[in-house]
Amino acid sequence: MREVYLDNAATTPMYPEAVEDMQDILKDVFGNPSSTHSFGRKAKSHLENARKEIGEILNCSSSEICFTSGGTEADNTAIKCAVNHLGVKNIITSKLEHKAVLDTAKLMEEMGLAKVFWIENDKEGKLDYEQLNYLAQTHDNCLISIMHANNEIGTLNDLEIISRIGRESKSFVHSDTVQTVGHFPINLETLSLDFIAAAAHKFHGPKGVGFLYCNKNNKIKGLITGGGQESRRRAGTENVAGIVGMVTALRNSVKNMEANAKQIRKMKDYLKVKLCSEVPDVQFFGDTSNNSLYTVLNIALPNRFDAAILPFQLDMNGICISSGSACNSGANKGSHVINALNVLPNHKPIRVSMSEFNSLEDLDYFIAVLKSLDLN
Amino acid sequence: MVKLPIYLDNNSTTPMDPRVLDAMMPYFTQNFGNAASRNHPFGWKAEEAVDYAREQIAQLIGANEKEIIFTSGATESNNLAIKGVLEMYARKGNHIITTNTEHKAVLDACKHAEKMGAELTYLEVEENGILDLQKLQEAIKQNTVLISVMWANNEIGVIQPVQEISRMAKERGVLFHTDATQAVGKIPVNVIEDGIDLMSFTAHKMYGPKGIGALYVRRKNPRVKVSAQIDGGGHERGMRSGTLNVTGIVGFGAACKLCREEMNEESKRLAKLRDKLENALLALEESYVNGSKENRLPHCTNVSFKFVEGEGLMMAMHNLAVSSGSACTSASLEPSYVLKNLGLDDELAHSSIRFGLGRYTSEAEIDYAIEHVTQAVNKLRDMSPLWEMHKEGIDLQKVDWQEH
Repeated sequence: MREVYLDNAATTPMYPEAVEDMQDILKDVFGNPSSTHSFGRKAKSHLENARKEIGEILNCSSSEICFTSGGTEADNTAIKCAVNHLGVKNIITSKLEHKAVLDTAKLMEEMGLAKVFWIENDKEGKLDYEQLNYLAQTHDNCLISIMHANNEIGTLNDLEIISRIGRESKSFVHSDTVQTVGHFPINLETLSLDFIAAAAHKFHGPKGVGFLYCNKNNKIKGLITGGGQESRRRAGTENVAGIVGMVTALRNSVKNMEANAKQIRKMKDYLKVKLCSEVPDVQFFGDTSNNSLYTVLNIALPNRFDAAILPFQLDMNGICISSGSACNSGANKGSHVINALNVLPNHKPIRVSMSEFNSLEDLDYFIAVLKSLDLN
Repeated sequence: MVKLPIYLDNNSTTPMDPRVLDAMMPYFTQNFGNAASRNHPFGWKAEEAVDYAREQIAQLIGANEKEIIFTSGATESNNLAIKGVLEMYARKGNHIITTNTEHKAVLDACKHAEKMGAELTYLEVEENGILDLQKLQEAIKQNTVLISVMWANNEIGVIQPVQEISRMAKERGVLFHTDATQAVGKIPVNVIEDGIDLMSFTAHKMYGPKGIGALYVRRKNPRVKVSAQIDGGGHERGMRSGTLNVTGIVGFGAACKLCREEMNEESKRLAKLRDKLENALLALEESYVNGSKENRLPHCTNVSFKFVEGEGLMMAMHNLAVSSGSACTSASLEPSYVLKNLGLDDELAHSSIRFGLGRYTSEAEIDYAIEHVTQAVNKLRDMSPLWEMHKEGIDLQKVDWQEH
């Protein structure tokens, strides 16, 4: 049976080069980067070269890159440190954020540390920037936390507008860029952002490693303390192999970014058009235009499909896919993102998320299987 | 011939066991799924691998696999235990008892808690590095929620009386957390028999990968809970969110399995080598072992060489990768606070070296180390006017130094 992996928003297969580079480190470079002897210094040089390269790719200073265990930790660090160390009293965000941001913002409010303001979204998940601007202008000590691209519906937010609103209102700006680092160009020199979060395993790197970009003007003391690593912003022995694997994956992603974007965008359009013509009454959640996250297409299937068992039916046919975020898998309440769109109550979501390792044939196969499950 | 430089800093980190890497490899390549993906085999395979590793890890420490919470390492585990207990048990009290020779991860988390309004007691250890239980007994109060005492010290290897501490904690209804980073995989640890409520440990100190560790959180008698410090998604029973580091976890599991199988043999072999090294170094005049020799990890020793300057010594034996203290604080030139808290003065603390032996340490390497440390110490002393004065019988403590 054919096996087709269409759950790349949950995690991506690693680039072979990233695996090789990691293997070399795991075999030969085992020193603790904080040790002053030659084993430690060798590990440290790999660590700092990785930091430098990420700084170059994102156009920021290498000292602004703080390694973490992943995107969730990076998001937590940004929000909690902004509240605890930078005097943030108001958080402006949206209901469409990843749980790492959503839960953290809510927690800050529950603990009485900050007030949370929710900006409205339209049916495609696009945000009301005027409201954002108004809230930021009329409140002091704000943190704006808006994701770059939504992991479930692929709607893209405009970091230029958000960063301008942040600058003009003197608000801190954090963006969860977990779905876009390595997939979209991000220039931190022209954008005035305070924090962005990334996870290596979303751009064909290893799990368990990511980074936080933290603008050098922001003196944060970190979430995990005790040891002084990462310029006192994140304690703990660094995951050297993971970091090296991450930078190889990022280098590869960026090198082929344009070609990959073109190929995957073409697949997204192909899938959309073909579904529309072959599956009656199919619709889509989120933004499907040219200006969306090209890796994600969220299909809204009509009621005649049995949504509860559809992922399993697809799996029986070798198609690996999910109805939403893996971080919420197992929860029965349905996706908070789809709920917040407040559209198509009789349709259920299936998220197709693609990578450069997919082909049009994969999509043809997916459509054929989907049609075979159609009770129409 | 031995291969240089020789690595004798296994308390700081250990090389990966190739068998661990072999176990990890399939999860870098074909089995790359997200363990939280519920709908397809990539997710299931990843979850299965995580569950299997959880069992291997639980077995090593005598726990139930549901009691293992994965983190990015021991520092995060220590943070989660201390900050998480304080938040979770805020209604019960806000007093924490710890010692002044803990790892920075515990001390800094405690300092942080203190700033947030918690009440802290830092107990002084005895000259041999061991905590006096009487002092602990007296320090426990009505509002004490947590005792955090490390299992074995990272600089001197001294083992604390964890069973007695846990019994005392239990009697008084206080939770007991132990930073067992240096102990797990090296000496027998059993959370049930030893009465542990929370325990931090990490893979890279036991021949596994960096970037993965765990917090043991007891589920029965009593059922312990900690407030998450990283939120969003509710992984790890709501105590630690974030996509699981599947390869790291698989490596951690494999490392634990190997330690469980090989610990007995290995610790005997290393104790023999360590004793050989230690005895040879003690044969030098004016050299001392720091901390208890009776209650100590089998693979390490911390030796002070009087009248020798530590940095100079490290440089003179550049073919030996050793350290003068914790790697986590080695960037600073301050002498080790652990040694100072044993009562050593700055000078002696500065001239102390930690030797940490490991799975790949050979007898030939120890012989080389003995020869070169001996040479280096003798050479530095030959150049030292202080040593000359000492040899002439002048008591340096009584010399009235003139300022120039």
